[in-house]
Amino acid sequence: MFRPSATGLTRRERYEAQQRRRALIVASASTAGVVAALVVLVPLAPGWDKVRNSFFNAEVFAKSFPKLLEAFWVNVMIFAWCAPAIAVLGLLIALARDVKSPALFPLRIFGAAFTDIFRGVPVILTVYLIGFGIPGLGLPRPWNSPYIWGSLALILTYSAYVAEIFRAGIDSVHHSQRAAALSLGLSERQVMRDVVLPQAVRNVVPSQMNMLIALQKDVSLLSFIGPVEIFRQAGVFKSLLANFTPYVGAALIFLVVTIPATRYADHLMARQMRDRR
Amino acid sequence: MSKMLAFALSVCAITTTAAFADGHCAAGKTLTDGKLTIATGNPAYFPWVLDDAPEAGKGFEAAVAFAVAAEMGFAAEDVVWVRSSFDEAIQPGAKNFDLNIQQYSITAERDQVVDFSEPYYTAPMAVLVGANAADTPATLEALRALKWGAVGTTTAVPKLANVIAPQSDPLLYGDNADVNAAITANQIDAALFDLPTALFLSAVMIEGSKVIGQFAPDQSDNPDQFGMLMEEGSPLKPCVDDALAALKASGALAGIEAEWLQDTTGVPLIE
Repeated sequence: MFRPSATGLTRRERYEAQQRRRALIVASASTAGVVAALVVLVPLAPGWDKVRNSFFNAEVFAKSFPKLLEAFWVNVMIFAWCAPAIAVLGLLIALARDVKSPALFPLRIFGAAFTDIFRGVPVILTVYLIGFGIPGLGLPRPWNSPYIWGSLALILTYSAYVAEIFRAGIDSVHHSQRAAALSLGLSERQVMRDVVLPQAVRNVVPSQMNMLIALQKDVSLLSFIGPVEIFRQAGVFKSLLANFTPYVGAALIFLVVTIPATRYADHLMARQMRDRR
Repeated sequence: MSKMLAFALSVCAITTTAAFADGHCAAGKTLTDGKLTIATGNPAYFPWVLDDAPEAGKGFEAAVAFAVAAEMGFAAEDVVWVRSSFDEAIQPGAKNFDLNIQQYSITAERDQVVDFSEPYYTAPMAVLVGANAADTPATLEALRALKWGAVGTTTAVPKLANVIAPQSDPLLYGDNADVNAAITANQIDAALFDLPTALFLSAVMIEGSKVIGQFAPDQSDNPDQFGMLMEEGSPLKPCVDDALAALKASGALAGIEAEWLQDTTGVPLIE
């Protein structure tokens, strides 16, 4: 929009407004171009009809979606009991790796070994080993449930990651703060609890949000040892209907949860950046 | 002179190839001319394929595949084996096999996406129970109370839900080996398999397990019939169907079944 200079706009402001308008037009045009290319070109591919029928089949979608939603509830429940356990165990491991007392050195070794092992082994392997292995030792029902041991596998793996993030958070609190707190007469324990941890935890909240999002998807790995969560349910439909649309339906359900969570994590991260500046 | 001989030989070779091509309906319709590419599972399980080596022709499906190939005019050395998962078999687009044989049950929904040959085997579903539930009577009533498992990609899943309708939700797994692990770990009491697989698992794989009953294959509207899977609209389908029909008529198919599949009449029927 052009306004006469009589409104008080300087030449510089006019120039910037014009630049902004230009950027907007270019951005709109290029976005429209890309979308149009996708919408027009993809269906021109020779196999498009087959692909659409296999992946975006409305009939199959309608048939499978309600059961997928139902199965997603299993994911939500597993997630709900794993997440707090991971937070607690992760923090404990991080603290174990940070102990200063020489008598507690074995604890440090344990913490390091724990993170090394569970970060180094693929999640699915841990799920198999713990999910089938420990019940195989002869536990009575219901203590051999794949829900219990599969969840434990997730908790152990994710605790290792979460512990490392917490440790990074603890390290991010400047050493001078510890020194200052100690010089005020606080004990090591008080320093950690009242000075370091509150800042450390706040610093790593955005990173931990990302772990939550990853966990929410990895809950599906439990399907390998029995629980019929959304991924398995989609697989059942896929096999029976010989159609991949149920996977697309499952992906949509995941996205509905993960996109807001990701945006929220971004928002937290941005706010943190602002606060630090 | 030697040139002449070579020419004569090559003419001979061409004419024999041509004769072969004229004589058989599969000529020119396979992925590689003169070869029949057959896919099976990875791994392929006993008793369908012995020792995961379909090339040896041992095991029911391996033997059927070679018999069908021979009937279609392919010598044993012209059969090429590849491996494929279920997903690869149903994905849209070109396939890397002419035929795929790995206990595919023919269903109307699957038939819309791929082609199936006429059935080469009708498989009754059977109940395999672990050692702890080995004395369960073969009645629907008793079966309902068990904790169930099945392979999630098979037609055992709807059968379990519709026919047995267990009291607690079944657990589903990716393949036979995982169901074994779950039975061994006592996480499930019972699992539903096709009868030959169930008999093999109980005899060889899972200690103390037992096949306590089978469902008559024609009990439901959708009997579990295994067909060879082909790309949708495959020109090979009539050839494969003819070959299977010939094998059935000559009794060769029944012979292969008798040779490789255990006698299944000893397993009681579940009413």
